[in-house]
Formats: sequence, structure tokens, C-alpha cells
Amino acid sequence: MNAPESKRAFRYVGTRPVRPDGVEKVTGKAIYGPDYQAANMLHGAILRSPHAHARVRSIDTKKAEALTGVKAVVTGADFPTTEHIIMAVGESSSDLVHLSRNCMAQDKVLYDGHAVAAVAATSDEIAREALDLIEVDYEVLPHVLGIEEALADDAPVLHDDVFTKGVNPTPDKPSNAAMRVEMGKGDPEKAMADADVTVSGRYTCEAVHQGYIEPHACVSAWDSDGQVRIWASSQGHFAVRSLTAKILLISEADIRVTPLEIGGGFGGKTTIYLEPVATLLSKKSGRPVRLAMSRAEVFRASGPAPGAVIDITMGANKDGMITAVDMEFKYHAGAYPAITAHSGASSALSHYTIENSRVIGWEVLCNRPGTKAYRAPGAPQSIYAVECALDEIAEKLGMDKIEIRLKNAARPGDPNIMGIPQGEIGYVECLEAARDHPHWSAPLGPNQGRGIAGGAWGNYGGPSTAQVSIAEDGTVLVTTGSPDIGGSRAAMAMMAAETLQVPYEKVRVAIADTSSIGYSMVTGGSRTTFATGLAVTNASNEIIENLKGRAANIWEVNASEVAWGEEGAVCLAEGKTDETMSLAALAARTTFMVGAIGAESSVNPGGFLPGVGVHICDTEVDPETGHAKVVRYTAIQDVGQPIHPDYVEGQMQGGAVQGIGWALNEAYLYNDKGCLDNPGFLDYRMPVASDVPMIDTVMVEKFNPGHPYGIKGVGEVPIVPPLGAVACSVSEAAGVRMRDLPLTPDRVHEAMHPDD
Amino acid sequence: MSKIHVTTTINGDESEFLCTPGETLLDALRNRLGLTGSKEGCGSGDCGACTVVMDGQMVCSCLVLAAEAQGTTIDTVEGVAEGSELHPVQQKFLERGALQCGFCTPGFIVASKALLDHNPDPSETEIRYWLAGNLCRCTGYDKIVRAVQDAAAELRQERTPA
Repeated sequence: MNAPESKRAFRYVGTRPVRPDGVEKVTGKAIYGPDYQAANMLHGAILRSPHAHARVRSIDTKKAEALTGVKAVVTGADFPTTEHIIMAVGESSSDLVHLSRNCMAQDKVLYDGHAVAAVAATSDEIAREALDLIEVDYEVLPHVLGIEEALADDAPVLHDDVFTKGVNPTPDKPSNAAMRVEMGKGDPEKAMADADVTVSGRYTCEAVHQGYIEPHACVSAWDSDGQVRIWASSQGHFAVRSLTAKILLISEADIRVTPLEIGGGFGGKTTIYLEPVATLLSKKSGRPVRLAMSRAEVFRASGPAPGAVIDITMGANKDGMITAVDMEFKYHAGAYPAITAHSGASSALSHYTIENSRVIGWEVLCNRPGTKAYRAPGAPQSIYAVECALDEIAEKLGMDKIEIRLKNAARPGDPNIMGIPQGEIGYVECLEAARDHPHWSAPLGPNQGRGIAGGAWGNYGGPSTAQVSIAEDGTVLVTTGSPDIGGSRAAMAMMAAETLQVPYEKVRVAIADTSSIGYSMVTGGSRTTFATGLAVTNASNEIIENLKGRAANIWEVNASEVAWGEEGAVCLAEGKTDETMSLAALAARTTFMVGAIGAESSVNPGGFLPGVGVHICDTEVDPETGHAKVVRYTAIQDVGQPIHPDYVEGQMQGGAVQGIGWALNEAYLYNDKGCLDNPGFLDYRMPVASDVPMIDTVMVEKFNPGHPYGIKGVGEVPIVPPLGAVACSVSEAAGVRMRDLPLTPDRVHEAMHPDD
Repeated sequence: MSKIHVTTTINGDESEFLCTPGETLLDALRNRLGLTGSKEGCGSGDCGACTVVMDGQMVCSCLVLAAEAQGTTIDTVEGVAEGSELHPVQQKFLERGALQCGFCTPGFIVASKALLDHNPDPSETEIRYWLAGNLCRCTGYDKIVRAVQDAAAELRQERTPA
């Protein structure tokens, strides 16, 4: 059941046209990262550490260099020394030295799969043969994988220059506790002591991979004048440019990054792994070099979302008002410090109004790949524990699980945990939509359980640039710097068509390289339709003003006496009200008369609003095997004004199924040597079509007054509620509270049959 | 390394290429014939992004040796549309918004067409199990399944004389 089409007076916004890049994607013509070829290109390959933690004593590349067909070999020694500066990476940030060393290890390898050397050769076979000829002398060090183990006093310490941030005074001893954050308000200790009912529990979830189907790939070509061209698929080619430039000490104007089509990212392609390596190989060989990861390399060496250990105590009065929350969570950082704990803490309680709270978060280093953004980074884990605790409180009080959420729901104007008032959020409307949905009242079958969970994510604005120009025949060209990862070209075309009042089919959208348009932040943070869409709208409005001026000149009236509508310029001046001039007629004068029609807009908008959602999940548990299957699922979300509802629903459905995978199946399996035993899709089990039902969606359309088209970011929220919704559903079906994800058959079976 | 000469029919056209003994059909299609519509998501037969039809049988081209293509007939995503006319499966994927990033889409298009060639009226469960060898991380499969249902309905209508 979908909400009816938008009732607002929009012509294109809220409709479902075919996306402008659709045909090339259903016919196999679109060129993705691994598809691009440059003339005279070499093939690169990367040698990766077989150890989870080791000191690199020496690397001998002589034999590899001597192999016929090998044109360049690169190791960490070829990377320039960089300074410890903090670089923006998507919604997060990283130390430049760590970014560089993650591309290629220098003195130490920190995880199984860490890059240690790279080769470029005339063929892929020769490049791989050359890898076998590189001799690396490792001093294997003790490793640590688990969060609690990494915090133990005798744990091997990954970095001797990481001292816990956020602790006063800063410790004088390095440790794996990279960061501590604390947020809160009121007096949680007193409130907890006064509570009528309390629940406590430890919840855990595993690190999971973003699981995009396209492995990382790029081609880089360094010319002898120092200019570099890079073709890569990423969520942000400006990020590829700036990170590569800073790591290799190249000026940004000398790097031109062309965005290729991107085969999924979910946050995991907001950083760089290959581009600096390919660029150094190209510099050494004088030829373009392609680097592409295999699936095993993607799993071993690219960023997962953090696993977590979360302790939570929640107190409520007998009416179901949550009076106190005290929680402490610890997230995997992986091999390098991350800041996900910050968003984990700020998100945890943001959809509820709770007077007394304390949320403490830790980032913990361990010998796994450095964690990266994955859809609402940090929020699914902490909110999973909050939603499950709320479920337990409701059970203790015998209260309806939607009623208890409605009682505590944050409403517009309520302050969040940092004291900032919430904007026009629609959490209450989402909960009401859940209560009214037939799913909520449908009977359950035998061995079935129903779970419900809410969730929120702050969303973002961020810098975007867009150009709009009018071709000589009056058709419209929109150019942005935002890679299209899930249909955003369609949304841009629709907003331009709506603003300019021209047919959707007359608008075409291109995504320009870094030298052809101004800076745009990554496609991430649920920001592209919101922020880049605002830039497109602003540029379109500027064009309308320009066109009105042109018509005014022709009619010899003031520009204020010209209006703009579907028919084009319309004269309002007395005696000339019959005059109209179409966009095509105005554009036809471009060549000889008045010059090009175009406008550019660069924005960095505030006005973004948090996204909130509520998911309902039914599972059926097989008591003999412990296998849990999702049999019905409904995702409800405040989406603001949907521009293209198909792609809004698609975000909700895709995020929900990723969350189902996180809750039921997905986990890394490391062996006792610290090496990944399941670096492939067979054993790292993401949901397939037969694992899931249809994902019903309800779009709650609460217009964002801070955007001309009322947009709220929608991409990230949908992965937040599923962990709690699935866990509560399985707990009900199994008749026992399940607190450790994933809910694999063996775990569920053991919980159901503790005496077996 | 000496190369093997392979003659095959791809999307109706006679085609020949040289390959190494260990080369996969997927690599030959992509790197020797420029047919980059078939994608490599895993290289181990788990994601289905490289799905092609070989002598009427749906296969992961990453699990087939290029040399095995000798004398066979192969259909790839590039051959699904008839000239510039899209196949109903392709058209319904567009109309339903059944793709987001589009990287898995070629494999789904080939597999869905193969399903409907084989079973013109599949149930939702049959569609889900037939496509269980194709991974999509973006869509959650909902719109893909609906697109296949729509395409099946349209093809049945086309086949039924008015």
C-alpha cells in the first residue's frame, strides 16, 4: 500500500517518469568503474598482507621489476611524507597520514589484506605473476579483533601515537581506545533510581560490509608535466581529487577526475583506496594504469560499518514515560581512528524526548579494515539497543508498543540531546501511520512474531554546484558535480522542469568532471536531492529572471512587467498583454543576438531536517532449526516531499533489506590468525530475492519548509529501524529475548533450547 | 603463453577471439570483445552480474572458461533489445524504477528474460527463487520482482491473439 500521489500543485515533482540514464543501464551500455579503458593502459595489481598485524622489515621488489612486461612497482616508500592534518571524508573525517597508509602500508600492516606493494604490467596475468615475486619480510605481531579484547590492558596496541581523544586529561599512554564521547542531560542517576520500572541489557551487533556489487576500480594517467587524469567510480569525485592531491602533494588543479557510473556505495565509496596507488604507478611507468579490486579484496581491505557492544539501562514511570536512559556503547573503529561514535551518540535518542540521559560512546581500534560510512553511520547500532530496551519496557508495563513510542516521541520544537530544537519532523505521523496500517493488526501465524522499531538520522546539506543552460532550441541542460547513485539525475531533471515549467523530457542531466564544474561534496548524507536539487532550482530561477529580461528588452517594457509560465515569457504591460514568447523562441536568438543562456549556483544550505522512520517486521522461526525468515515487512518514513516516489520507495526498501541482512545473516568470520575466512558472497551471506518478501512502503509526506520543494533526505534512515524491528520480531517468535546479532539459526536454536 | 582461437556466435553474430587457457568467458567478453555490459561483481558465481545464456542455458560467465565457448551460441545483455527496441523486461525495469545504481541490472535483465522464455506465468515465489542467484544491494528486490511480473503479463498479452 503506497500513499497516494502528491496532492500538491506540482506538475512533475511527485510523479514517476523514466530516469534519463535508464536505457543505457538496462542495455548494458553504461560505463562503470571497472569498464573504463584508456589507450595504452597498463594493468595494476596490489600485494596485500597475509597477516593481521605485522611489522614490515623489508620489501624486495627486484625480481618483480625484472619480469618481462612489468613497467612499475610501488611500495610505501614511494609515498611522500604527509602531515597529520584532518581531512573531510564524506560525512566523516580522517587523519591524512592514516588515509595515506591505508592506501599503502609503510612500517606496519594493521589488518589482513592491507596493501604493501603494487605492480603495473602489460597484462593482468603478468601483474599478478609479479606480485608472487615480491619478497616481504614480516615480523608478525600479536593481533586483536574484538572490542573488549582490544580494550584489555595487555592488548596489542595498533598505533603508538593514538591517545584517547575526549578524555580529560589526555592519557600519556597510547591505547586502542581512540575516542570517547559523552552526551546527555538532566540527572539520569536520580531519575533511574526514581523510575517505576527499569530494564538493562547488553546488545551486540557485528561489523558488516556495505556490500555494493561493483568492486572499487579506477584508471589514472600521470603526464610528465605533472597533470593527472583519473577516471573512477566514487560517491564524490571531488573527494577523490582532494584526497589524492593531499596524499601525493599535487595541486588540485592538476588532477582532473572524471566520474564513471557508480555501482553502489552506501557510504563506502566516499573515500579512496586505489587512486593514489594507480597515480604513482602511472608516474613511474609513464602510461595510464588501471587498478581494480577483486571481491575478496573488497571484503578484506575496504570499509565495513562498525560492530558494537552496547550496554543500556532504561527507566520509565508506570504510565510509560521514559524518565532515564544510561547507555555506553563501544564501536569498532578498525585499523584507524574513526568518529562514528559521535553520530552514534547524537542519534541514539534523537527521536524521543527524554529528560534525563547519559550516552557514552567509544571508538576502539582493532586489526580489521578501517571502518567507513555505511548509511546513517553509527545510528543503526545505538538505536538498535534503544528500540529493544523500549520494547522490553513496554512488555514489562503491558503497554502497546506504538502507544509507548507515541508517548515519548519527539515533536517539532522539542530539543534534541544537544539542546537544539527539532524542526518539522514527522515521527508522530509515522507512528500513527504504523498504528493505522493493516499490517499492525493482522493476525500472526504459528511460530511467528512481530517487531516494531523506530529510528532517526540527522541528514545533511553541504556544498553543491549546479549549472543550468538552455540549448539553442530551447531544451535544457543540467550539469552537476554529484554522482548519480540511485536515480538522482531524474530528480534533478524534474526539479529543473518544474521550476522552468518545461516538459521533463526536454531536460537532460550530465555529471561533470572536477575541472568542469565547481566543488560538490560527496553523494552521501542523504544530501544530493536536497542540496544539489536546491542548486539546480536556484540556477533555474536565475535563468527565468534572465529570460524575462530578454523578453522585456524585445517588448521594450520593464522586466518587472514580464511573468514566466508554461508558455514562456508573458507580457503584463498595459496594451501588450497578448504578447508571449516561448523558451524556444527566446533560445533561438542565442546564436546571433544576445548570447548564451545559462546560470550556475553554488549552495551550502542549512534547512535540512532529520529523517525518521518506523518499520514493522514479521518473522517466522523454525523451532527445529532456529532459522528465522522475514514473512512480512512494512517501512514507514517521513520523506518530506518525494520528488520521484519510485526512487524514494527504493531507498526505503533497499535500506530495509540491508538492515535485515545485518540483523539475520551478515558477519565477518575471522580465523585465529586474524585473517578473514569469508571474503566472498557465498559465505558472507547478503539477502537474496528468495530471502525476503515484498517491502511495503508508506511515505509520510511532511513538507520541509526549508526547501523550495519540501525535500527531506531519505537515503539513510531506512537502515536504522530494521535491527530493532527484526530482533524484537524474532524474540517474540522464539519466545526468548535475543540481544546478539546476527540472529543466525544456531543462535536462535540455542536460545530456544537452552537445555539441549 | 600460446593462445586458443575460439569461434562462437554472440547475440546472433559470428565472433572470434584469442584467449589464454585460464581465461574466463566473462573476461573474454569484456576485455577482448568490448562487451562490458556483463559485470564482474564477485568472480565466483555468487552475484550473477555476469549472467549470460549459453546454448539456451543460463550461466555465470565468470565460471565458464572462454575456451568452452567454442562452437556455442551466447546471448548477453547487449543482445536483449531488438535493435533499438527494448525487450519488455527492460521496459518494465525502467517503468518500475527497478534499478538504482544499475550495476546488477544487466544480470537481472538476462536472468529475467531467461525465466520468462522458460515460464511465461511465474508466481512471485518462482520469480524470487529464479533470481536468487542475482544479488542486488540497492533495491531490496521489491521493484525488480514487480517489473518481472509486469513484463510477464505484457508478454502473455502479446502472445495471446486478440
